[in-house]
Amino acid sequence: MKLRGARILCESLVREGVEVIFGLPGGAVLPLYDVLPEYPQLRHILVRHEQGAAHAADGYARATGKVGVCMATSGPGATNLVTGIAAAHLDSSPVVAITGQVARPFIGRDAFQEVDITGITLPITKHNYLVMDAAHLATIVKEAFYIARTGRPGPVLIDIPRDVLVDEATFHYPDRVDIPGYKPVTAGHPEQIKKASKLIDEALRPLIIAGRGVILSKAFAELKELAEKAQIPVVTTLLGISCFPESHVLSFGMVGMHGMAYANLAVNHADLLIALGIRFDDRATGKVSGFAPQAKIIHVDIDPAEIGKNVRVDVPIVGDLKQVLQDLNGQIQVRYHLEWLRQLEEWRHHHPATALRHSDNLIPQFVIRKIYEATAGNAIIVTGVGQHQMWAAQHFWYDKPNSFIASGGLGAMGFELPAAMGVKVGCPEEVVWCVAGDGGFQMTMQELATLMQADIPVKIAIINNGYLGMVRQWQELFYHRRYVGTWLPNPDFVRIAEAYGLPGLRVTDKALVPSAIAQAMAHQGPFLIDFVVEPEENVYPMVPPGANLFEVIEEPRRDVELTIGPRETSNL
Amino acid sequence: MTMHTLVAIVEDHPGVLARVASLFRRRGFNIQSLAVGPTEMPGLSRMTIVVDGATVAVEQVRKQLAKIMEVIKVSDISRQRLVAKELALIKVRTTPTTRGEIIRAADVSGARIVDAAGDSITMEITEDSEKIDSLITLLRGFGIKEVARTGRVAMTRGAEAVLQAGAETGPARGRRRGPPAVPETYKERS
Ligand SMILES: Cc1ncc(C[n+]2csc(CCOP(=O)(O)OP(=O)(O)O)c2C)c(N)n1
Ligand SMILES: [Mg+2]
Repeated sequence: MKLRGARILCESLVREGVEVIFGLPGGAVLPLYDVLPEYPQLRHILVRHEQGAAHAADGYARATGKVGVCMATSGPGATNLVTGIAAAHLDSSPVVAITGQVARPFIGRDAFQEVDITGITLPITKHNYLVMDAAHLATIVKEAFYIARTGRPGPVLIDIPRDVLVDEATFHYPDRVDIPGYKPVTAGHPEQIKKASKLIDEALRPLIIAGRGVILSKAFAELKELAEKAQIPVVTTLLGISCFPESHVLSFGMVGMHGMAYANLAVNHADLLIALGIRFDDRATGKVSGFAPQAKIIHVDIDPAEIGKNVRVDVPIVGDLKQVLQDLNGQIQVRYHLEWLRQLEEWRHHHPATALRHSDNLIPQFVIRKIYEATAGNAIIVTGVGQHQMWAAQHFWYDKPNSFIASGGLGAMGFELPAAMGVKVGCPEEVVWCVAGDGGFQMTMQELATLMQADIPVKIAIINNGYLGMVRQWQELFYHRRYVGTWLPNPDFVRIAEAYGLPGLRVTDKALVPSAIAQAMAHQGPFLIDFVVEPEENVYPMVPPGANLFEVIEEPRRDVELTIGPRETSNL
Repeated sequence: MTMHTLVAIVEDHPGVLARVASLFRRRGFNIQSLAVGPTEMPGLSRMTIVVDGATVAVEQVRKQLAKIMEVIKVSDISRQRLVAKELALIKVRTTPTTRGEIIRAADVSGARIVDAAGDSITMEITEDSEKIDSLITLLRGFGIKEVARTGRVAMTRGAEAVLQAGAETGPARGRRRGPPAVPETYKERS
């Protein structure tokens, strides 16, 4: 069957089970948009900025585990995707980005709207393709989806010249891929698993530190079994949140810069660290040389290059977590670590991280707590980047698997709204709350129009502190409270919502928080609440950049001066 | 020994070199030399990469390289017995008085005169990099006009070839039939 490139692409997407494409057209992809209506299975959601398309595809992928698809035209359309692709790359999210390119004869001539997007995205994609022949298109799409979702997932970009979309070729969708240089390992090596299980059996103070790999591998049940069988406490990284039920007795919260003090203390005192699907980011480890000083480390990851990248590892296991944990659980002995667990409980008692500071004013933590209460935790929380992100991580109990979604690795402000949009499209039956910063929201708030046009009922809570709050906090703590470039005299968000056609509420009074949230949830469509909160509230606990995890600061008085100090170079 | 020789068998698609170069740049891996050429198999190229183990984490280089889709196999062959050669072209200034001496120097170093002009001689030498270094040092006194070096290419001695090699140099990915006897990640630590 001979088909035009554009139809070959659509046929291929249909065969990959694609249901939705977030995109925005332009000259180079017009032949593709022209045939889209022939494929009603492919729902096209028109975004207002391509960054939104990439974040939405990413959000969709994170929430569903399926490959998210975004599409843009050549040149500026493609470059607008870049932030979203990078966010997906750093958080190992399976996304396929399709970009238009100038026609083949124009490539390399600086033609109108020509950019080398495969060159630009080289370091931020798992792989990318420039399609130079319509006959290659089907195979490339097949490979792209396979690469995006297998092994350590990640974004794959397909750049298609305009004339390739117009050219005809025989359409045959391959039923298998053969990439000689790509054979992800899924089964852990038995020898290594044996070693790990021995270490676990012998450990006195074992600690599981679980990351996004658990979520990607859907190893929720296996992790729970491991923890329960050997009574091992569990802490998570930021992106590991919701991989283990947070109200479980063995759950000890999040580690890292804004992790719970007791979680960080646990890392510091453990004699065995079982690191599952984490990549030892500096925000999670603190000063690397002082990380888990007493512990042997077992590191399970599907990406061999993650092993030994940032920290020393005693027993590495390369493989898919679900499979590795199944094998491991079969070998480990039942254990009780009463002494160790009692110690952790005691730390938790003395360092309550999630206690709400008393205040008559509306503090941001209170808003998060009330969303938790209103949803009973049965919601997916999508955040931006900054203080509100940390409060959302700290003051909500994530028992529901994969219910916390945030840009961790890239830390891209503006992720919140479009990602929430993608999450809601992927999981229409779930309640999706977008917890937005007043700064980040303004980076992508044009997607309110998309919510309305495509009828995507996301609930938006803007944590409006009138600042680029996280940066302000650093200026307060480390730069003598000189606030430079962080004050946000904001627009009227309620009127912005109204202008886009969705209802909005402003809440300044603590007492009105629950009713506002209830009203938003009762409303059928998207709803925005502007929570005007205490402007100079800080996120605690905090491990200063470059410090050891145990050097955690908990709620100091405001006049206490903190400095970064003569530690190793901090990664600001 | 801090110099490591990595051999990568790669698909010879356009852009593979860019991917490898981009990786080195992004991760801050400094390379001493890189030589690329076709192999015995159509569609596959061989890259010989020399990195200084004192300045980069060689194992990270190998594993990151292995993640590139077009890279079919990467091996660090440094610990094995090698045939490692490099080719250099050296153009030296000559005078009637130095000419004979230069020709003799070339001779004892195993270099061949490939071009001669009135006031210069161009020689070719195929040797290990250290011997080439010594020849260049030796010729410096006469006035070197130009040097072109290919960078090292290398092969293990004995019957085994990089693509067929088993767990010893193990593929980062690419196990088709179950795990090898020694897990590569474990081996990497020893
Ligand atoms: C795109 C982007 N630009 C800049 C930053 C640096 N940055 C990190 S947090 C932050 C403040 C975010 O402000 P806001 O969205 O209001 O959230 P808040 O911290 O106030 O809760 C900034 C500017 C970033 N992470 N992303
Ligand atoms: Mg703010």
